Amino acid sequence: MSAYTAAELMTINAARLLRDHDVVFVGVGLPNLACNLAQRTHAPNLVLVYEAGVIGARPSRLPLSIGDPTLVSGAASVCSMYDIFSLYLQRGLIDVGFLGGAQIDRFGNINATVIGDYFHPKVRLPGSGGSMEIAAWANRCYIITPHQKRRFPERVDFRTSAGFLSGRAERIASGVRGGGPQAVVTDLGILEPDESGELILTALHPGVTVEQVQANTGWPLRVAANLRTTEPPTDEELRILREELDPQGIYIR
Amino acid sequence: MPSDKRCSLTEAIAEFVHDGDCVYAAGFTHLIPFAAAHEIIRQGRRNLVLARATPDLIYEQMIAAGCARKLIFSYMGNPGVGSLRIVRAEIEAGRLEWEEYSHFGMISRLQAGAAGLPFMPMNPTAAGDLERVNPNYRRLQDPYTGREVVVVPPLNPDVAIIHVQRADRRGNAHIWGIIGEQKEAAFAARHVILTAEEIVEEEVIRSDPNRTLIPEFVVDAVCHVPYCAHPSYTQGYYDRDNAFYLTWDKLSESREAVLAWLEEWVFGVKDRQEYWQKLGEETHQRLAVKPRWSAPINYGDY
Repeated sequence: MSAYTAAELMTINAARLLRDHDVVFVGVGLPNLACNLAQRTHAPNLVLVYEAGVIGARPSRLPLSIGDPTLVSGAASVCSMYDIFSLYLQRGLIDVGFLGGAQIDRFGNINATVIGDYFHPKVRLPGSGGSMEIAAWANRCYIITPHQKRRFPERVDFRTSAGFLSGRAERIASGVRGGGPQAVVTDLGILEPDESGELILTALHPGVTVEQVQANTGWPLRVAANLRTTEPPTDEELRILREELDPQGIYIR
Repeated sequence: MPSDKRCSLTEAIAEFVHDGDCVYAAGFTHLIPFAAAHEIIRQGRRNLVLARATPDLIYEQMIAAGCARKLIFSYMGNPGVGSLRIVRAEIEAGRLEWEEYSHFGMISRLQAGAAGLPFMPMNPTAAGDLERVNPNYRRLQDPYTGREVVVVPPLNPDVAIIHVQRADRRGNAHIWGIIGEQKEAAFAARHVILTAEEIVEEEVIRSDPNRTLIPEFVVDAVCHVPYCAHPSYTQGYYDRDNAFYLTWDKLSESREAVLAWLEEWVFGVKDRQEYWQKLGEETHQRLAVKPRWSAPINYGDY
């Protein structure tokens, strides 16, 4: 088995969460790599949808941005932004959404907007983009992020997009159609919501300890009874990532 | 309505973009009219309200040049690269007003503006914080089911700038590739400046009416501006200059470097043609694209 980077480990584990025939709202960076990896391994019928309005993309090169021309050439369909968010996402046709953010809290709520006070920002972040609606309306959401204490506070400074709010019951009562975050893939392991919607540790990557993960989480992280260890990246997964998807190592290094 | 609206970009900006206007330079990553922004900077417009889903480098440059008093946006990043450093610094320093939506909220505002509606409803998202800090988000009861919907008001910019692959002299325009919010912005705005890679005969437009996203009667000015979108791109004409977006990330760490860039690449050139020549042969080659034609369709001769 080869050595691998944290980005490769996260990408490969995220790819394994995708199912064949899933319709996926793809984000740039690692989600994009994960989706393309899944399509080239166990999920050849994955449908890649990009918020720029591209459906069924077949990118022949790694797109730097979410609106790259390679997404259009050879795609099944192109529509307006209003159509992608209303006809596809709001209507309920998206199986999987990927989300990211500067902070993810105990109940999977995400902050991609601001650190500190909104009106007097200490650090101003890019903001919602599509994530507010993706988090609400995609059937399943996945989050890929490095595991650092500052990224996993007890409560986010700003709720850009909804996880389970203050608990699964509150999300259900809100009436949003999507199932909320199903997994947070980090470079240490995988967190998944329990029945109350609280994120708990369900898997460790090879060589990582529970204490290590707990020390890098901002709330008292609980551990699943059936804690497992993830399968290490295979040579084939690494080969596809390094040779086919990101040969310049823009994202995976 | 004149049958020939062609004019120079300099004339169009002088006539339709005024100090204090709300400007919507359209295009989601694709077809961003950078040449128009540079002309606005050269003409020294001030106190503009700049609206765009993604401010991108186009508004970063206008804000660095001191054109804007306020930004309306839904994702403030350098797409695929990182932060918009100048915009972020201006907001953090309290020097730039802002009004913020999600992409869907922003595009719904344009849709309402384009359709002449008083507001546009959306399903709630349960993430209440953006609604809390932006009073333009309101809640209404759906009169049919009694459930709540979130509504946003129309956005009607004073002027929209729309870049297209080809247009006729009247302003009927074909767009293909990512079509973002071009059509909605054109219908929502009070005035529309069209910039086009090519000006073609009316027959070319009429040969493929399904591809006409912008009809002549919403258009005020038609400007022939090849390579208008660089460092963004025009599908089928030239590639996105990803290297420029990456370089900008470094360059914009220093405000002085940004001002020097504006001096050289905006104030230092007369127009887009001079800018494109200045980029040089190596860049032209790097951004050239091989053709990939669609299969022709048959409209039928009736």
